[in-house]
Amino acid sequence: MENSQGSVWVLAEQIDCQILGVSFQLIGQARKLADELGTSVESVLLGDHIQEQARLLIAAGADKVYLGNSPQLEFYQPEIYCEMIVNLARERQPAIMLIGSTFMGRELAPLVAARLQTGLTAHCIDLVLDENKILDAKIPAYGGLLSIMCPQKRPQMATVAQGVFPKPELDETRTGEIIPLDVPVDISRRIQTLEVVREATDGVALESAPVVVAGGAGAGDPEGWSKIADLARALNAALGSTRPAVDEGWADLETMIGQSGKVVSPELYIGVGLSGEQQHMVGINNAQVMVAINNDAKSPVFEQVDYGIVDDCREFVPALIKKIKEYQEKKVTC
Amino acid sequence: MLNIIVCVKAVPDPKEACNIKIDPHSKTLMRCDVPLVVNPLDKNAMEAALQLKEQFDVHISVLSMGPPEAGNIVKECLALGADQGFLLCDPAFGGADAYATAFTLAKGIEKIGAYDVIICGMASSDGSTEWVGPEIAAILNIPVVTMVKEIVESDRDRWKVKASLENGYRLMQVKLPAVFTVTRDLNTPRTLSFSGIIKARTKEITRWAISDLGVPAEAVGLKGSPTIVSELSSTESKREAEIIAGTREEKAEFLVQKLADVGVL
Repeated sequence: MENSQGSVWVLAEQIDCQILGVSFQLIGQARKLADELGTSVESVLLGDHIQEQARLLIAAGADKVYLGNSPQLEFYQPEIYCEMIVNLARERQPAIMLIGSTFMGRELAPLVAARLQTGLTAHCIDLVLDENKILDAKIPAYGGLLSIMCPQKRPQMATVAQGVFPKPELDETRTGEIIPLDVPVDISRRIQTLEVVREATDGVALESAPVVVAGGAGAGDPEGWSKIADLARALNAALGSTRPAVDEGWADLETMIGQSGKVVSPELYIGVGLSGEQQHMVGINNAQVMVAINNDAKSPVFEQVDYGIVDDCREFVPALIKKIKEYQEKKVTC
Repeated sequence: MLNIIVCVKAVPDPKEACNIKIDPHSKTLMRCDVPLVVNPLDKNAMEAALQLKEQFDVHISVLSMGPPEAGNIVKECLALGADQGFLLCDPAFGGADAYATAFTLAKGIEKIGAYDVIICGMASSDGSTEWVGPEIAAILNIPVVTMVKEIVESDRDRWKVKASLENGYRLMQVKLPAVFTVTRDLNTPRTLSFSGIIKARTKEITRWAISDLGVPAEAVGLKGSPTIVSELSSTESKREAEIIAGTREEKAEFLVQKLADVGVL
């Protein structure tokens, strides 16, 4: 078992042969944890035609990459993926296993955790080690932070959203080992991914947008929501939402910012008609400037932003769009 | 006959959940008597089962684990049209994390016996983990599809479903029995009808304690939970808003100017 005993694992994910940003970010954090524990970083990557991509995980900080490279692994196939990871984890006994909070990760992580009869912390916003070198996974709750720990069972598992940790520098000169994995043959085929359909998205991607406009319940109705969408368009911003706006049906779940949604780190964030609920606010990481528009001067959101506008957002937003357009025209003509 | 088990959770009413805070001194939760309701996404799970019952010969069992008061939400599901209700209720089940919850529910499902389809909401509004559905599947050793947004085909022994993915969906073919966790996109849950409430009066809820499930106390509740909540800490904001004053137009103008000055426009 050499030094793989007690290593820090990252279950990496690829879509169309490209490793996701969150996988690199987790390698970066795994490296920090592993250095503190005096152990290695190992990653599992499953897909097809991804031999070259595996090298990038080493450049990002992995010491070993277990690579399953086969047409059968092209898409996430729950039974095969789970079986391969569980078998490998039983053999190698990692101390920690980190997974991105992607749709795949959010299904695969609990399947693996239950098979290994271990604990899994959902959507952490920080991962540190306590004085006994136990993983302390922080999640926001009830206006504070909870430390979730898995003191006895191994591996200690956690999911983390894209954008929580920074992407590490890639060092092409780093060396590491790529260990090929065989695809097991005797897998039951009770479930199959028949097709994966990706739709082209309109607008700007939330995670990488320099400007994010987020709307909440204060929009009031679909018409109020469309004004917030207009503001996003005027600023060439990505449009985000809160859980209540999704529940109302104004916004897609894909646009939800927060602990169980997207994590954004824009230069400018404008929160419109939202109250600063913790579950939403933890999804805004290192924004340079934050603005809130809310008609309640006592709203907790004003304790969490740089500039506040106390006004009915349904009235104020059109006025703001007008001034933004005037400013943009002036800027062009100058 | 298709046997469906719908797993539901009693959660603090999300509309009032913001009233639940950490006591900064004792670091315990101040519940402030927030009432328990059916977890919103579990209503979509219930609705999916009811729609199938309208088309096919379906028997719906509702299963929950929780305190005695959770019996009310099981009753509510019976009033919506479920045939049988089960509540796993024992002080020993208290303090369970996702794994211990899934284990206990799986034992309840095994005791109910006949099941072809198990439907859960994709997440709970209070705990916000999404693990219970897939962990039930792993423990029962049956397949699962999480975040189902459309049931495309529901044949007797094989289903095709669409499940959410980043910017799209995946089409999954699944052999029953299987677990499905559902999203809001799947359907619009119906509301209670008066006749349903009347009919539910005669439906009994079966309550099972730890002795009924025949599991050791170490396997359930806090003792059976691999994870522990070790600490509650409060967070402080690093920002304080400068409130921009003036008429609506002035406020808009000042804001644009401020944003331009700091270089983010």
